[in-house]
Amino acid sequence: MTMATSITTVITNALAPARPFRRTLSIYGKEAWFEFLTRLRLRAFSLSTIGFPVMFYVLFGLVLNGKEAAVNGTHFATYLIATYGTFGVMGASLFGTAAGLASERGLGWLQVKRASPMPPFAYFAAKVVMSMIFSTAVVLSLFALGITLGGVHLSAPEVAKLLGILIVGSLPFCAMGLAIGYFCGPTSATPIINLVYLPLSFCSGLWFPLMFLPKLLRDFAHLLPPYHLAQLALGVVGAGRQESAWTHWEVLIGFTLICLGVARVGFQRDEGKTYG
Amino acid sequence: MLATMPEIQPVPTRMSHPQRIVVAQLQQVSKTFGEVKALRNLDFSVRAGELLALLGPNGAGKTTAVKLFLGLMRTSAGTVRVLGGDPIHAQVRTRIGAMLQVAKVPETLKVREHIDLFSSYYPRPLPQAETVAIAGLQEIKDRPFGELSGGQKQRVLFALALCGDPDILFLDEPTVGLDVEARRLLWEQIRKLVARGKTILLTTHYLEEADALADRVAVINCGEIIAEGTPSEIKARTCGRRIRCASNLDIGTVRAFSGVVEVRQDRDRYEIRVSEAEPVLRQLLERDSTVSGIEVSGAGLEEAFLALTQNSNCSSEPQMSGRQ
Repeated sequence: MTMATSITTVITNALAPARPFRRTLSIYGKEAWFEFLTRLRLRAFSLSTIGFPVMFYVLFGLVLNGKEAAVNGTHFATYLIATYGTFGVMGASLFGTAAGLASERGLGWLQVKRASPMPPFAYFAAKVVMSMIFSTAVVLSLFALGITLGGVHLSAPEVAKLLGILIVGSLPFCAMGLAIGYFCGPTSATPIINLVYLPLSFCSGLWFPLMFLPKLLRDFAHLLPPYHLAQLALGVVGAGRQESAWTHWEVLIGFTLICLGVARVGFQRDEGKTYG
Repeated sequence: MLATMPEIQPVPTRMSHPQRIVVAQLQQVSKTFGEVKALRNLDFSVRAGELLALLGPNGAGKTTAVKLFLGLMRTSAGTVRVLGGDPIHAQVRTRIGAMLQVAKVPETLKVREHIDLFSSYYPRPLPQAETVAIAGLQEIKDRPFGELSGGQKQRVLFALALCGDPDILFLDEPTVGLDVEARRLLWEQIRKLVARGKTILLTTHYLEEADALADRVAVINCGEIIAEGTPSEIKARTCGRRIRCASNLDIGTVRAFSGVVEVRQDRDRYEIRVSEAEPVLRQLLERDSTVSGIEVSGAGLEEAFLALTQNSNCSSEPQMSGRQ
């Protein structure tokens, strides 16, 4: 008799109504804001994410080359704003998504969140938004240095367009970060990102203009997504190679989809698994 | 809806409040990880307003059971129901709170920021001040998580479990690794939740903890419930007795008596651990007229709990059940 009553009572508990859109939006906002605060206060992340591209730009763009040098007629410090801007957003995106995800996934925090009614997508969106904020900070720092110390002349529309392309163009690397974060352990994520990030940047011509590299590497660069983002950025300052912008966008979109697919495999693999 | 429910095997109903309704239930649940059977045809229910302790040694399947209740895993067989729904759905989880074992929590966020964020996930969260008060975090609410002591960290995780004002809470080994004082403090806070009418499932491998907090205890070992009842019933069942005597019988014969848990030979005397003394004594006297020096004593709590859970090494054979 007890079972009969319990069956009925088990089912009669009504569910809470679906969450109104405004509250969902507020969860997304809070998730992103606190993700940003978490990372901002983590100095190892916030200082190195902004510091490395800025330092490289100062060394190679401002100190070594002076204000007069030029690449194919483009002012050197201006040329390097586009390539180090690419380098910077790539770093912010890869470290911003992969390092946090790998550690939170591997050390149990993601499970605590997944046990709550948090919309899962809010978690990933927060990492992407946080990375974009850091990307913006990197690019704006480069602009400030270049304009004040490097004799860079960019019109307001050029500044806006360059910033826009770099921030939208950071998305493929956020996707790549999610994929890495799903397949790396908490301690291996950072070394693995470096192993991918640094060679990829060099070979895509983000550190030195491609014309200084051997022909083999120049051809190889076409296969690398950062090369295509850098070309789009260089296009804004009039230093791009004469290639179709659509090809660059297509490569970046294709690369994003592949990375999201890989991340999805990792997500699904995780869903059916326990950690001890 | 009623017709679609699978038939439920009656759970042995020796609980303190048989009239209470079931709010969370595992029905014939099995969970395997590759070769390992973490849960075997597990059947058990949590009833409204009770604190049920799931007691068992490490690796018994406690965490697996909790994760199933939270929708973090799917069963290999069987059904999970929480508050009438499947916890895979986020809507069901708006009425569930969870405290899991976690190795690292974002350390740079402050305690109140963690609570603020988790509260936002729920439709009707407690006011933050109330969450902070229940979990005893007034002094440390502006400190970053990374600067807290072990006991304080556990209390923050406890606060995150209760901040959404859920109807049912799952606490997975909430006091593991804490010192005595921190443990007692958390016990106080868990009791406060029970007093507010919350239903709680708590896992532990401390018999003392189950005894101090629970209305009902389910002992789990090797993925099976081997005993279920109020703490005093469990104690009565697990406590057992120890008989010491000198006898001519060989050890195999003694071991074969019904009701014998374990026999050890200590020089010329046997030390026999039994669930109940009288039936074993009767057999002993009947078979051996020369038996002498009989002493009967109670076994210790922890020791008896070990006896309940230890007499198997999780073989694939179905276990000797402690249920009678």
